[in-house]
Amino acid sequence: MLDVSELKTVEVDVVVVGAGGAGLRAAIESSALGMKTAVLSKSLLGKAHTVMAEGGMAAAMGNVDKRDSWKVHFRDTMRGGKFLNLWRMAELHAKHAPSRVKELEEWGAVFDRTKEGLISQRNFGGHRYPRLAHVGDRTGLELIRTLQDHGVHQGIDFEMECTALTLLKDGEKIAGVLAYYRETGRFLLLRARAVILATGGAGKAWRVTSNSWEYTGDGTYLAYEAGAELMDLEFTQFHPTGMVWPLSVRGILVTEGVRGDGGILLNKDGKRFMFEYVPEKFAAETADTVEEATRWLDGDKNARRPPELLTRDVVARSIRAEVKAGRGSPHGGAFLDIASRRPADFIKRRLPGMYHQFKELAEVDITKEPMEVGPTLHYFMGGIRVDADTQMTRVPGLFACGECGAGMHGANRLGGNSLSDLIVFGRLAGKGAAEYIRGLTGQTPRADDEQIKVAIRSATEILNRESGENPYALHDKLQDVMEEGVGIVRTEDELKAGISGIEALKERAKTMKATGTSQYNPGWHEALSMRSLLVTAEAVARAAVIRQESRGAHTRIDYEGERDEWVKVNIVSRKGKDGQMEVEKVVRAAPPKYLEEIANSKIEDLESGKVGADAPND
Amino acid sequence: MSTRRKFRIWRGDKEGGDFKEFDVDVDPGMVVLDVLHRVQAQQANDLAIRWNCKAGKCGSCSMEINGRPRLSCMTRMNAFAEDETITVQPLKTFPVIKDLVTDVSWNYAQNKRIRPLKPKPRGADGEHRMYQEDVDRVQEFRKCIECYLCQDTCHVLRDRDGQDRFVGPRFMIRLASLEMHPLDDDDRIPEIKKEFGSGMCNITRCCTEVCPEHINITDNGIIPLKERVVDRYFDPIVYLGQKLFGISKRR
Repeated sequence: MLDVSELKTVEVDVVVVGAGGAGLRAAIESSALGMKTAVLSKSLLGKAHTVMAEGGMAAAMGNVDKRDSWKVHFRDTMRGGKFLNLWRMAELHAKHAPSRVKELEEWGAVFDRTKEGLISQRNFGGHRYPRLAHVGDRTGLELIRTLQDHGVHQGIDFEMECTALTLLKDGEKIAGVLAYYRETGRFLLLRARAVILATGGAGKAWRVTSNSWEYTGDGTYLAYEAGAELMDLEFTQFHPTGMVWPLSVRGILVTEGVRGDGGILLNKDGKRFMFEYVPEKFAAETADTVEEATRWLDGDKNARRPPELLTRDVVARSIRAEVKAGRGSPHGGAFLDIASRRPADFIKRRLPGMYHQFKELAEVDITKEPMEVGPTLHYFMGGIRVDADTQMTRVPGLFACGECGAGMHGANRLGGNSLSDLIVFGRLAGKGAAEYIRGLTGQTPRADDEQIKVAIRSATEILNRESGENPYALHDKLQDVMEEGVGIVRTEDELKAGISGIEALKERAKTMKATGTSQYNPGWHEALSMRSLLVTAEAVARAAVIRQESRGAHTRIDYEGERDEWVKVNIVSRKGKDGQMEVEKVVRAAPPKYLEEIANSKIEDLESGKVGADAPND
Repeated sequence: MSTRRKFRIWRGDKEGGDFKEFDVDVDPGMVVLDVLHRVQAQQANDLAIRWNCKAGKCGSCSMEINGRPRLSCMTRMNAFAEDETITVQPLKTFPVIKDLVTDVSWNYAQNKRIRPLKPKPRGADGEHRMYQEDVDRVQEFRKCIECYLCQDTCHVLRDRDGQDRFVGPRFMIRLASLEMHPLDDDDRIPEIKKEFGSGMCNITRCCTEVCPEHINITDNGIIPLKERVVDRYFDPIVYLGQKLFGISKRR
C-alpha cells in the first residue's frame, strides 16, 4: 500500500500552477513579498502558450497618441466586452497596465520604439488609439522571456514538465497540490498555504484552434473539483484570422496586427466586405467608405477606423457569413491582403513572424499574395470566478489569474488586452496570496493522506487497467462534438446534442487505458487531460444553453441580438453535492456610478472632462 | 491525396534503444511533427515527443531529421523525395530521456548563471529613451526561441567535455543581448571571457546555419563579443593601465 511519507514532498507558501505570463508574474510577486514560491510548468520553462501572442499588450501610455488615458481604455474594454465585464477588473486593468509595461522594460524587455525613443504603440481592433506596446509580431515571446529571465533570479522553485493533478484541502482551506513529473512518471506532493491557478484556456476541446496541446482547461477543472465557481464560460472567442490551409496548420493564429497595420479582408470576388457588417453601436466610430479608411491608414486623425478593426466577434461572424453565402476563398475562408497595401520591407519589418509562418508552412509570400484566413477557437473569456482585487476564488487560499480567470473581458476580449491582463492580474494574484497567508491564523492547513492516495489511484488506474478506451480517440470525438454542437454560432438543439455527446464521452472516459509505462508517456498524459477537457467543455455547453441571447462571442441564432435582461446576470457553474454540475444565473452587482458614466459616455464628453473628471485615479 | 511514407524513428531511453520503422499515410501540407503525431495516435501511443506551439515559435520540437538539427513543426514533408526514408532521432548533444525527448536542463542551468539586466536610472520624465536603431541588434538576439538547435550542432558542446568550459551559442547571444542592451549598466566582459568561454568558439558558423529564427549568431553576436574581449584584455595600453593603475575600460 502506498505510503504518502515516501512521496517526494516540497513545502512552500505558494504554489503557482502554470508558467505562462500570468503564472510567472504571480510567482515573481509572491516571491518578492517574502513567500516561498514554487511554479509548476507543464512544459519546459519559457514554452507556455504566451509565446504565441503576437500583436502586443494594451496599456494607455499615450506614447503615440496623447489623447489616450485609462478612462478611454476602460471604455473600450467595456464596449468590447459588451458591458458584461466585471467593472472593477476592467478598471484595475486599465489603470495598472502602463506601470506593468514599464516594469517589463526595467527587467530587460526591448519593445519597438517611437521616433522619440519611447515604447511604440500600435493600433488594434476595438482600441480607439494606438495602444499596444509590441515587439514586431512576437510580443508574447518577449514577455515570457523577460519574466523567465527575471524570475529565475528570485529564488523561485521551478518544476518543469510537471503537471498538477489535484488540489489538496484541509476542510475548506487550500493545503497544496499533488502533481506528477512527465519525465519519470513520479508524483510530487506540494504542501502549501495558497495555490494560484494560471493554466490558460481549453481550446483543445475544439478541432480548429490556435491553442497548443497544453490548453486543456486544467485550472478550470482543478478549481471546479475543489469547490470553486466557474463563470461566463459560454464566451469562447473565435479569432477571425486563423490559417485555413494547409490542413495540418489549420487554426494557427494570424495576428490582428496584420489588420492593425493596414491589412484588409476580401471575399472571392475581391470585394472588401467588412463595410457591410458594421454593427449599429459602432457605426459612428467606423469609416463608411474605402476612401475614409485609407485616410485613417495614412494617419489622418479625423478619419474613422476601418471596419476590419471592429471587434473579433464581429469580424469572425462576418467571415463565416461570407463563406456560408458561397463567397469564401478556395479553402473556406476569406482573403487577408496586406501585400497591396504596404511595401514588402514594411511587412517584413512589422510582421516578420507572419512572413516566415506563411512562407514556411503554406508556401505563400505575404508581401506578394493575400493570406487565406478563417475563424479559429482562440480564447476563453470565462473561467474561474474570482474577486477583482485579490483574485481569490470562493475557496480560501485558492487564486486564479490570466486566461483561466473570469471577469476581465466580459463577453468578448479585445486583442492586446490579454498580455496586459496576465501581468496586471498575475501581480494582483501574487499579492492576494501573500496577504491571505499573512492573515491566516491557527494551525497551518494540512491535507490528510487519504485525499492524496485517492488522487494517485485515480491517475495510475489508467495505466494499470487491462484494457479500455483509447484517450486519443476520445479526444478526437470530443473535438467533433464541440465543433458541431458548440461552435461559432449556436442553437439550443445543437447545444443540447453537444451536452449529450459530452455526457456519453464522460462515461467512456471512466475506463480510459494508456499503454506503456508512466515514464514520459503522452498517452497517459492525454488521458489525464481528458478529465479537464470534459469538465470544461461541459461547463461551456451548459452555460451556452442558458444564455438566450447573442452577446459578444456567444452567438445564438435562435436568440438574435443583445437582450437587456441578460446583461444583468452572469452564468455561474459549480460542482453540486450530488457530483453533478449546477449552473445558474447570478445577478451582477451594480457598478460605481463613475465607471458606469465613463463606459456609457460619448467620447467627446469623456475627453473634454464633461464626464469622468471626478473618477479616482488609483 | 495521401501517400504512404517510410519513417525510421529512434525509440528507447537512457539505457539504450534502436530505430523502429513505421509506414504512415502522409497528407499534403503535413510537416514531420504531424506525421509523428499520427504515428503516436495510431501505432505507438507512448511515443515520446516534446512539442507545444506547432508554429515555430516555442522551440520545443527540436530533433535530428535525416541527420540535421531541425524543428519538426517547420520541416515540411514535401522537402523530401517521395521514396525517401525519413530518419528521426533525438538531439545528440543532450542525454536522452525517452524516444525523441532529451534532457535539456543543462541549458537552464547556464541561463541561471547569467546575471539579469542592471538597468540605468530612468530619465527625469520617468522614461527610458532608446532609439529603434540602437535596439535593432538586441531585438535580433531576443528573437531566440531556445530550441537549442545551435547548442546541439555546436561541436564544442557536442563533445560533452566542452560543456564545462563553454555556454554555447544560445547563451553567447543572450550575453550579447545584455552586453549590447542600451540600458544595461553592468560590466560583463570579464565573465564572458573567463566564465562563459567566448574563446572556445572557433567560428565555424554551424550554429548560425541551423537557427530557425535566422539570427546571425556568429557574425552579429559571438564575433563582436570576442572583439570586446580582445579590446579589453589584449590591447597593450589598456592592459598596462589595468596592471599599473587598476583602470578598467568601460563601454
